[in-house]
Amino acid sequence: MSPQNKQNSQNKSSALHEKTDKYTEFVSRGFGKDLAKRLGLPQPAVLRRYTPNGPLVQGPILVLGQGAGADAVAQVLLDWHQDVRRHATPKEKLGAIVAVLDELEHPDQLSTPMLALGAALRDLNKNARVVTVSRVASISDAPAVAAARNGVDGIVRSLAKELRAGATANGILLANDIAAQAPSAVAALRFFLSARSAFVDGQFLTASSAGSTTAPDWDKPLNGSVAVVTGAARGIGASIARTLARDGATVLVVDVPAAGDHLAAVANEIHGTALQLDITSLDAGERILEHAISRYGRLDIVVHNAGITRDKLLANMDAAKWDSVIAVNIASQLRMNEAFLASSDFANNPRIISVASTSGIAGNRGQSNYAASKAGVMGMVRSTAPLLSERGGTVNAVAPGFIETDMTAKIPFATREVARRLNSLQQGGKPSDVAEAIAFFAQPQAAGVTANVLRVCGQNMVGQ
Amino acid sequence: MTTPQATASANQPARGATASEDTASTGKVATPLFAAPRKAVIVGGNRIPFARSGGAYAHSSNQDMLTAALDGLVARFGLADEEIGEVAAGAVLKHSRDFNLTREAVLGSALSATTPAYDLQQACATGMEAVIGLSNKIKLGQIDSAIAGGVDSASDAPIAVSEGLRAILLDLNRAKTMGQKVKIISRIRPKDLSPDAPSTGEPRTGLSMGEHQALTTAQWNITRQAQDELALASHKNLAAAYDRHFFDDLITPFRGLNRDSNMRADSSLEKLAKLKPAFGKSLGDAATMTAGNSTPLTDGASTVLLASEEWAAARDLPILADVLDGEAAAVDFVHGKDGLLMAPAFAVPRLLARNGLTLADIDYFEIHEAFAGTVLSTLAAWEDEEFGQTRLGLDGAFGSIDRAKLNVNGSSLAAGHPFAATGGRLVASLAKMLHERGPVDGRPARGLISVCAAGGQGVVAILEGR
Repeated sequence: MSPQNKQNSQNKSSALHEKTDKYTEFVSRGFGKDLAKRLGLPQPAVLRRYTPNGPLVQGPILVLGQGAGADAVAQVLLDWHQDVRRHATPKEKLGAIVAVLDELEHPDQLSTPMLALGAALRDLNKNARVVTVSRVASISDAPAVAAARNGVDGIVRSLAKELRAGATANGILLANDIAAQAPSAVAALRFFLSARSAFVDGQFLTASSAGSTTAPDWDKPLNGSVAVVTGAARGIGASIARTLARDGATVLVVDVPAAGDHLAAVANEIHGTALQLDITSLDAGERILEHAISRYGRLDIVVHNAGITRDKLLANMDAAKWDSVIAVNIASQLRMNEAFLASSDFANNPRIISVASTSGIAGNRGQSNYAASKAGVMGMVRSTAPLLSERGGTVNAVAPGFIETDMTAKIPFATREVARRLNSLQQGGKPSDVAEAIAFFAQPQAAGVTANVLRVCGQNMVGQ
Repeated sequence: MTTPQATASANQPARGATASEDTASTGKVATPLFAAPRKAVIVGGNRIPFARSGGAYAHSSNQDMLTAALDGLVARFGLADEEIGEVAAGAVLKHSRDFNLTREAVLGSALSATTPAYDLQQACATGMEAVIGLSNKIKLGQIDSAIAGGVDSASDAPIAVSEGLRAILLDLNRAKTMGQKVKIISRIRPKDLSPDAPSTGEPRTGLSMGEHQALTTAQWNITRQAQDELALASHKNLAAAYDRHFFDDLITPFRGLNRDSNMRADSSLEKLAKLKPAFGKSLGDAATMTAGNSTPLTDGASTVLLASEEWAAARDLPILADVLDGEAAAVDFVHGKDGLLMAPAFAVPRLLARNGLTLADIDYFEIHEAFAGTVLSTLAAWEDEEFGQTRLGLDGAFGSIDRAKLNVNGSSLAAGHPFAATGGRLVASLAKMLHERGPVDGRPARGLISVCAAGGQGVVAILEGR
């Protein structure tokens, strides 16, 4: 075997087995586990990650709620051949609990389902899931209705902090006219239940319309679609490309020419094509379209992942650092989107998914330029949503928290150790966690999920 | 080679005695037996940036570099796990263990393991010959797709043991008894232990390529100033091409290098004028060739994806240009009849004549800059009436070219010259230039490539843009 060959196979294996940090490994078994327990040290769980053909959840699913919505959700789960319970059996280990609260009209009505949920928590398996299904609270609701609906927000965020052993709590918010079993709500439910959402905790997805009615292919949801991923040469971008390809998409990977060798390796691994392109060039959107259309005849999914950091306190900021971050992280996306939206080739239920950052939500000292660009991405996503709905498309953002990448590996040890423990799951996420969230937004079944900003941060302590 | 006969018709130069008989009967040189049944097209290319030897690729083997160049090509055109009709490549400086260099590179690449491959070697024309040979196979319908390539490492060059030591070691291998072995080992002398490094010297003259060219440069009265100006233009043109992202879809970085490391965008005539002569020192004040107007030893690899029109269309791949025709020539440099690197001066007139073209019909010229003096000597020969009459068998001078069409995106003086990789660099770049240019006066844009090679050889080709 040639040296080159060895290198290739190493790349492939490392792509499949992203590393868990050493501390998490140490405290997850044997002496390390015992020691951490005695000293009261954090004991992060080794999270279950998605593998095709793996079980959806590990154990029976308890569906709480009395209304038609709860019955419909239970039926959906039965159709997926899940082991469904409508009442908890004491001592029986559960894989997940789904609390269907779509008929709430007063905070008084929270008591019964929440106490039932609480009583079942002790029976949750490792890496279990709690998912609530409730309705969006809005100013047009009666005060009591809005209070009840918004109450769910507090419940999910608190419960996520209470759960241990890799278990997460997340919620689905239904628009007023959307049923609990609407395709987009079902897609979100499946995402939250599955190991795809391993590092998503204390978060909500909003289903604003019913979405696609075509029969879902849950194993290869992106079959037949063509995706472009920018910044795909390494780290999160490379993982996004791999994940979209695994889910069936043909992927065009883009990165700056200087990263072309890593980009080529990713393209060849996933049987895609590499396009060396600086996304800040004025015709970047047109060139991506031209490549996708000429080679594949279509473009369905755009993932704006490319981004840079040029950290400096604002007091010490210079124009080069500020301007380059804005140019790459947000201005390029705005310009490319204009090109995509102007094209009749990007009109068949298209998807745009941008990578934002928790820095853009909570702010970060020394990252005013970066936070401006990432908060800007979220603003762009919300106002681009109506433009895409016109053509049956969606636009969403994923905001990663602390993710274990080559970039974060360069953070000094102590700072890194603190940063990765500051969330409910007490560990950093993996690039694939971000990628799974993006792949979810790209699914045909998620057609009713738009203008969302989904945090993939293990419920970082800062921000919402 | 026999001097072309005066009977050769004007602008139809003859190829030696046999060919000139053909000329007399058909009015053409080496008329093809039949029209090519189909076309061979250039889909695109990929190379790694070229590195001065001992630099970024000092510890990379030919196989590493060729594999990287292949993988970049595969990624650009989405060919992972594809079976290509045939891959042909070669290296000039080659280890004996690399007897199957190209096949090994294919096996280490992302291509299907069922892709056949072969090595070839024609000195600096290796890459050109790979393109022409594979194009012919495509035209004949033997294969539908092909990758032509070339690679060279001056850093990782093979070093052989001395001839004396080699003979002793082979005898030792044949010895049967301990006594015989001891006796053979006792034959080793200290002088046997000094290794043989490869050189660019011509085996039949003992002169290096630079020394040969220095004689030719002086023969054609090429000035130092003219050579330095050509070198400067090469660096400026290459840098400008990088600046307008021309190479974004022609190059994939390797080992941390993004651009050709020999390129000096800030070079100037003043800087070049300060360099001392490196070759032709025996000429004294007439010595004009410096490290600035000669190519350095370079490491690198290049590849070109060739196909039939049908194969490219079935995969929705672009078509940049047609490989129209190619021609090889050789000169008798041993007896001093022509300069070592002057063979293209003969090959180009023959090739153009066969295709019914003149220099005026060419929109881009890619004349490989082994040395600035090589390019300028070739142009001088073409402009020389006597050379045209006595050597090319024409009525007068072959002609001159519009210098604005010459090496417009830089050439080997700036990019460097990893011997076997230069052909692939030229073909891929020219194909893209022709494609970008679009039709000229209602006909396809035409480009001419000329590459000189050791042993007094030269290989040239015509591409037509799509």
